[in-house]
Amino acid sequence: MISARSVRMSRGEMGKHIESDEESVLASSGMDATETTRSGSFLQKDSHASFSQSLIPGVEILDIREALEKIPEAKEYYGKAFTSLKRDFPRDTEGGYFVRVKKGVTVELPIQACLFLKSQGFKQKVHNLIIIEEGARAYLITGCSASAAAKEGSHVGISEFFVKKNAFLNFTMIHSWREDVTVKPVTISLIDEGATFVSNYVCLKPVKEIVMYPTSVLSGKGGRAVYNSLILSHPNSVHDVGSRAILAAEDTQAEMIARSVSLGGSVINRAHIKAESPRTKGHIECRGLVLTEKGHIHAIPEMESDMRDVDLSHEAAIGKIRKEEIEYLCSRGFSSDQAQSVIVRGFMDVNILGLPEMLRKEIEGIEEKNLRSSF
Amino acid sequence: MLEVNNLSVQVGGKTILKDINFNIKKDVPAVLFGPNGSGKSTFLKAIMGFEGYKIAKGDIVFKGQRINDKSIEDRVKMGMGIMYQHPPQIRGVKLAQIAHFLSDDRKHIADLTTRLSLTEHMERDINMGFSGGEMKRSELFQILLQDPDLLLLDEPESGVDLENISIMGKVLNEFLNMPGKSALMITHTGYILDYVRSDNGCVMIEGKLWCVGNPKEMFTSIRKFGYDKCKECAHVQG
Repeated sequence: MISARSVRMSRGEMGKHIESDEESVLASSGMDATETTRSGSFLQKDSHASFSQSLIPGVEILDIREALEKIPEAKEYYGKAFTSLKRDFPRDTEGGYFVRVKKGVTVELPIQACLFLKSQGFKQKVHNLIIIEEGARAYLITGCSASAAAKEGSHVGISEFFVKKNAFLNFTMIHSWREDVTVKPVTISLIDEGATFVSNYVCLKPVKEIVMYPTSVLSGKGGRAVYNSLILSHPNSVHDVGSRAILAAEDTQAEMIARSVSLGGSVINRAHIKAESPRTKGHIECRGLVLTEKGHIHAIPEMESDMRDVDLSHEAAIGKIRKEEIEYLCSRGFSSDQAQSVIVRGFMDVNILGLPEMLRKEIEGIEEKNLRSSF
Repeated sequence: MLEVNNLSVQVGGKTILKDINFNIKKDVPAVLFGPNGSGKSTFLKAIMGFEGYKIAKGDIVFKGQRINDKSIEDRVKMGMGIMYQHPPQIRGVKLAQIAHFLSDDRKHIADLTTRLSLTEHMERDINMGFSGGEMKRSELFQILLQDPDLLLLDEPESGVDLENISIMGKVLNEFLNMPGKSALMITHTGYILDYVRSDNGCVMIEGKLWCVGNPKEMFTSIRKFGYDKCKECAHVQG
């Protein structure tokens, strides 16, 4: 195993650990093998951590097993998010990544982590630990994908996020699986005073089933959690996805925006905001477009509070593309197919993810590729 | 340019337009008056070919071709364009995106954006949160970039403040002064008549065309006597 604790500052190393037939699928999950636009990388194939390196001081990224041996805080924080909610977590995980951004460090270029299913029928089970220390700022992009050979594989990802006081983390997870892969991520995030956690989820490729319901606990005054998702659901895919935020301190807020397009798959969009403290705010927006007869979208926005001084709201809308919108674009000279495609692209608006321009363009490119092959 | 012969149009099984005969010539814009619910917008939408506006009888002929069965897209290709009265909002589709689809001429887009005060609207989702006047400016902007020969304008000036009516009127007039252009415009306020020269006016009441004449004179008369007087006019169409 390659040690990643020392900063090697050598971009492109990651590419040496990627075989040519893996390149395109890794790229489709947002991984930049050249690392030109990244601050650090981690790559795990099945249960084997193939590579990790940090490219800037103040960023640590390495295999969780190595971190648990060498970094005392990794041990201290491991499992803490689960125990704080009195929840259990699987102990039989193999690998996963540890990311820490040191106090006050601002990381301009995203850190990337890749979890790759390589072998047929492999059951990947990882535990990730992410600590953004006080006042630090970072973008983390995780790409989860499967090789052409990884038939009937499965992926369970346990993730714990600690976003400390006044820190900022934008975490973007891109799933690029196969039609016979089952995926069950379990995530808990603890967000401290004045901290912001933005969690983006993008899934545009077929999958057998994805079940996930990440939870954020905002336990410090003024904390903020944002969950955004863009899902393209292919025939026979099942996405049971959602997010939950517990507003456990004053002036905390949560926002959840889900955009789902069903091409025949089934999407359950859950969202739950629980306001436990005064002056808290939450908003849920679930929008779905069903483009075929077989498609199914079920939006379940939930909000609850015992407090008077809270502001919780939601809007949900599911339907087909409105005829008026198609006609409007046709009256400008678009064909009706072009109009539909423009409307779907607009609906799956990458801008909602709040990404820096370069990363936004990368993800727009990935989305464009997927939409082009789907219509 | 446009000939409408004995046209009857149904919407939801109900006949809205009855036996309309109407012509629009090149370089001679036409103005359509009429009370609310008289069928004016239906007329424009039927000409444009919107779904649900069924031609029960008669023909629409554009540039010598019968277009009854042509799609909206085909009609646009032939040189028709419409400015909506109430355009739909489309999430995630930017005004700039449509502008660049309609024209490759970046300078022209930039000039028109400035003249119609739409700079801040270009990167916004189309019509989302636009005021009435902003929508009209955006509609005019798009249709001028589209550069059709026949403009169908459904109340281009309603909801627009006087300063912007003046700007829109001038921009529209410049466009219509180009050779080969024409328009059919619906107006209630008549403000647009101060900017666009036309001597082809008519009134629609209860789905029929009643009266033809000089639009300015007709508008003065309508203001004075109301639409009832139009029915008594000798210049009945059809």
